[in-house]
Formats: sequence, C-alpha cells, structure tokens
Amino acid sequence: MSERRSLWEYANPRKFMGLSGAVLPWIAIAGGVLLAVGLIWGFFFTPDDYRQGATVKIIYLHVPSALMAINAWFMMLVASLIWLIRRHHVSALAARAAAPVGVAMTIIALVTGAIWGQPMWGTWWVWDPRLTSFLILFLFYLGYIALWSAVENDDTAADLTSVLCIVGSVFAMLSRYAVNFWNQGLHQGASLSLDKEENVADIFYHPLLVSIGGFVLIFVALVLLRTRTEIRARQLRAYMARERMQ
Amino acid sequence: MMIDLGKYAVPVLSAYGASIAILTLLIWQSLSRSAKVKRDLQEYERKQRSDG
Repeated sequence: MSERRSLWEYANPRKFMGLSGAVLPWIAIAGGVLLAVGLIWGFFFTPDDYRQGATVKIIYLHVPSALMAINAWFMMLVASLIWLIRRHHVSALAARAAAPVGVAMTIIALVTGAIWGQPMWGTWWVWDPRLTSFLILFLFYLGYIALWSAVENDDTAADLTSVLCIVGSVFAMLSRYAVNFWNQGLHQGASLSLDKEENVADIFYHPLLVSIGGFVLIFVALVLLRTRTEIRARQLRAYMARERMQ
Repeated sequence: MMIDLGKYAVPVLSAYGASIAILTLLIWQSLSRSAKVKRDLQEYERKQRSDG
C-alpha cells in the first residue's frame, strides 16, 4: 500500500533539513554545469547580431538575471502567504533567505542592462517604465532585508516583511509587464515568448535557455543553503533566549 | 581561445566580469555564513552537553 505524502511535511524543519541536505549538492552541481555551458556556448560559439554586434552576448547574463530578480520576489510572495496563512516558520525563513539572492540578481540585471544600454541607446540609464519599476523593485528588496534586521522578534519580522512583500509584488509585476502596459520607453519587449515570431533567433535562443536553467538551479541551491542557515540561526537564537530566561 | 569582440570588447567583458564577481561574492558569502552558523550551533550544543 503506498503512503500518501504531503508537501506540508517539509514545513517541519527537521524534515526540510533532511531533504534539502540530500538534494542541495546535486542541484548546485547541475546549476554550475548548466550556467558554465550556457555562458561558454553563448560567449564563444554564437555569432554577433547584425544590429547589436558583439553586445548581444550580454543577453546570456541580462535576461536570466532579470527573470530571476522578478521570480525570486514571486517565490518570496508565495512563501510569505504560506507564513501568513499557515504559520510555517520554514516558509518565512525561506522568504528571508531568498531576498539577498534576489538582490544580487537585480544588481546583475541593472548593471548588465546599463552596460548594454550605453553603446546601444547612447545612455547608461533612462527613466523608462521597465527600468524605473525595476529600480523600485531593487529598493523594495533592500527595504525587505532592512526590515528583517530591524525587528528583533522573528514572528513579528516575518509578519511585517510578508506585508511588505505583498505590496512590492505590484512592482515585481510592473517590472515584467511595464513594456506591455505603457508601450513606451527604450526597453524592448520580452526576449522570450511562446510566440516563435517574437522570440530571439534560435542560434541565440538555445544557449539562452541553458543559461536560464543554470541561473534557476543556482538560485534554488542558494535559497536552500541560506534557508538551512536561517533555520540553524533561529535554533541558536531560541537556545540563547531560553538560557537568558533561566 | 579568444574571440574578436571588436569595438564592443569593453562593454561585453565588463558585463561578464561584473556578473561573475557578483555571483562569486554571493556564493562565498552564503557558504561562509552557513559554515559559521553551523559551527556556532554545534559549539553551543557541545557546551550545553558538557555543562549537563
């Protein structure tokens, strides 16, 4: 007779530590390999674009990092909602763990975008809807991390940051769809689409997909690693608080 | 193996350099904090056991 397992079992820190400890090395290795293959393929084995020249090679960093910057916030949103509804500590700690990784992805997207924009648009920065909403998302990330650090009680911090995460989701959504909403500014539309006509050419598309796969797996590996660290840090704080009360 | 990036060599190489540096820093920071917290917790638990 097969035993039905529930996803909620992994809300138990002990079960989460067991599973994450087993899968983490494999996810990290797979992420590293995919990222290396995607970047080497894109950098060395794809031609220059007829309009953008060699700058098209920045796509293998800029698109995956921008995608992860937005999706990391949505992952934090789901984890925050689980915390608010079901009060599972692991989900709140996973949201906290994802924020610095999301910040790093946002910085990579902003930096590579500015470096790409300068030769193509003639400017490092423009107050275009997508860029502006992305910058606001970056500020939300910083605010989210600062709020976690500023509140001493873990549960209160998780409550407050969850609300902030819900509010920030508007800007995460705008970062993704700003081009479609306003249809103005310098930034082009999505590089990846279900519509083959709108996609980048296949020769750029395949290494881009591999690079995106690498970024996704590295994000997952880092979030698992950092969540494990947050669980241990919380346990240590609980021990020390108990000792102070004795 | 080096490829010819033409007049865009500086922007392309700086984009790759900056991104790899940020990713490396993030991975290093995550691993070092993980090791420190794990060590602190083990140390605390060991001390608790020895104190009875």
